[in-house]
Amino acid sequence: MVTQAATERDVVLRVNDLRTYFQTRWGTVKAVDGISFDLRRGETLGIVGESGSGKSVTMLSLMRLIPMPPGRIVSGSIMLDGEDLLQLSDGEMNRVRGSKIALIIQDPMTSLNPVFTIGNQVSEAIAIHQNIPKRSVMEQALSVLRKVNIPAAESRMRDYPHQLSGGMRQRVVGAIGISCQPQVLIADEPTTSLDVTIQAQYLALLKELQQDSNVALIFITHDFGIVAKMCDRVAVMYAGRIVEQGSVRDIFNRPSHPYTEALLASVPRMEEDVDRLYSIEGQPPTLHDLPPGCPFADRCQYVMERCREEYPTRTTISEGHDASCWRLI
Amino acid sequence: MQKYLVRRLGLAVVTIIAVSLIIFIMSRASGDPRHIMLDDYSTDEDWERMGQVLGLDKPYWQQYLIFLRDAVQGDLGQSVKEGRPVTDVILERLPATLYLGLTAFAISLLVGIPLGILSSIKRGSLIDQIGKIVAMLGQSAPPFWLGIMLIIFFAVAWEILPPYGWDDWNSIVLPAVTLGWYYAAANLRLVRSAMLDVLDSEYIKLARAKGVPYRGVVLRHAFRNALIPPLTFAGVTLGALVTGSLVVETVFAWPGLGKLAIDALFAFDYPLLQGVVIVFTLLYVLAAFSVDVLYAYIDPRIRYA
Ligand SMILES: Nc1ncnc2c1ncn2[C@@H]1O[C@H](COP(=O)(O)OP(=O)(O)OP(=O)(O)O)[C@@H](O)[C@H]1O
Ligand code: SF4
Ligand SMILES: [Mg+2]
Repeated sequence: MVTQAATERDVVLRVNDLRTYFQTRWGTVKAVDGISFDLRRGETLGIVGESGSGKSVTMLSLMRLIPMPPGRIVSGSIMLDGEDLLQLSDGEMNRVRGSKIALIIQDPMTSLNPVFTIGNQVSEAIAIHQNIPKRSVMEQALSVLRKVNIPAAESRMRDYPHQLSGGMRQRVVGAIGISCQPQVLIADEPTTSLDVTIQAQYLALLKELQQDSNVALIFITHDFGIVAKMCDRVAVMYAGRIVEQGSVRDIFNRPSHPYTEALLASVPRMEEDVDRLYSIEGQPPTLHDLPPGCPFADRCQYVMERCREEYPTRTTISEGHDASCWRLI
Repeated sequence: MQKYLVRRLGLAVVTIIAVSLIIFIMSRASGDPRHIMLDDYSTDEDWERMGQVLGLDKPYWQQYLIFLRDAVQGDLGQSVKEGRPVTDVILERLPATLYLGLTAFAISLLVGIPLGILSSIKRGSLIDQIGKIVAMLGQSAPPFWLGIMLIIFFAVAWEILPPYGWDDWNSIVLPAVTLGWYYAAANLRLVRSAMLDVLDSEYIKLARAKGVPYRGVVLRHAFRNALIPPLTFAGVTLGALVTGSLVVETVFAWPGLGKLAIDALFAFDYPLLQGVVIVFTLLYVLAAFSVDVLYAYIDPRIRYA
């Protein structure tokens, strides 16, 4: 009971039944359809799932950066540090973004503004959120650039993004993310389009920064190998929902949802032939006219009659490990 | 930055030399100027003497160099029609053309850019609808028709603006609006689509994620990037507006270089026509160069390339 209370206090972010829909010409796209999870201080949560499963939309919803229209957060709550972000006014939300919850965006090549200097862009969040004189703003910007190992940070401050390599831009974006010591840091596929060595360095850096600051990290990726290295817990997303979540060990040792199984089986192993590389058969469903029942039914080898009628209820497999599949009931 | 400017300057000089060469060749290819300058009663002696005065007895390359030397010294020859130096005639008309061209340029920017931005951030609103009409009219209505329509309404029917000439302070309004409209429409569409692209970009999302308010994102982060495409276009615009007012100056009897060129053409006044073309070229190149400088100032990728 005591440990329960302690973990309860440690929760920095609690997302409950979040739904984000887009109104399109073809109908309502339920990009995020009832997502719930907790995030504790200092913890790293990995979110995996195929392209289009709603990972980015979930994260943009947490930041309240869904383009409206066509998007709309239909329901749910996002409790950050005891306050529901969905209840905040736009002005209040501006004060939360970048200071309490920060986002590092996918592509390092396009996420910096080409017409402003690095120093300008790194200091911006600091200047907005911290009421300190301009000189200290610049000093703080310089110190975060040093934290992400930018060599010759002082002169880099005056450079423009196109003068930096991809890996260096990536770290600048990381510096922007941590510049105001947020409680939650979201990294949306931070390593695409970089070469493997640079990617590994960057991941190690992120991990190190996290341990220093005890920030809670949400890490979005396609790569289970990275999940194993980086994360404490994993949530597997499919068609706008979390179909299974648990500790990394539970998910790897006892994958319980057929989709998780298939994803794990599709991870290429070094010793295997490329010929035998497993990939999941079929396409994810289109999100604008989802049939009732389990959205994985068309691709599932265990499909039963019931699967086509009703969405499976969530089943607890062990403490902190649950999945939504009729086979488990 | 310096390298970029030197390169641009070099390009400007090359353009001017190329155009001067073309003008020279055309002036020689269009026949012996003595046919126009001398009348039927002149003798062979007159013909010869005229040839010497004009330097026509020398080889072509020497003639070209002389033409260049004179042009650089501001001597563009004598106007046949007016009987005085071409340079004098042109200098008289230049202010009217610059005034009209620059006013039209200002209109194209001051109308096109704000309307483009407003219609991009308030898509589907009333202002967006107005923008669409402005753009459609500007890009599909030919200037002479637009000019005549404006004259019919504002000068003839409502009598609030003068229909032609340059007599009053408000004489400029109709010709400048007519001339600027097309480019205002083009700027509007360029800014609108550039703005929509930029607002959709990752760096705008990142700026929002930092906590920059929407207004700040539009004014600070998006605006400057959205200016780049219309600015690229402004090089063409400014040159075209300052030099391309043939139709509008004719419709509104505006006493500028465009009208002068038309008059010179109908009077077979080749030296004058040639002079106007040279001045147009200079203005065009100068406009393009100043826009290049501004462009480098706004886009660091150019500055450091
Ligand atoms: N502005 C929008 N309008 C309409 N639909 C949208 C919009 N943004 C996202 N969607 C839809 O939401 C769904 C989820 O997209 P999302 O970007 O979250 O996927 P993802 O899991 O991040 O994929 P990836 O791994 O490729 O990044 C997609 O089907 C997409 O078409
Ligand atoms: S609910 Fe049915 S179809 Fe869906 S994953 Fe489980 S077994 Fe497969
Ligand atoms: Mg994504």
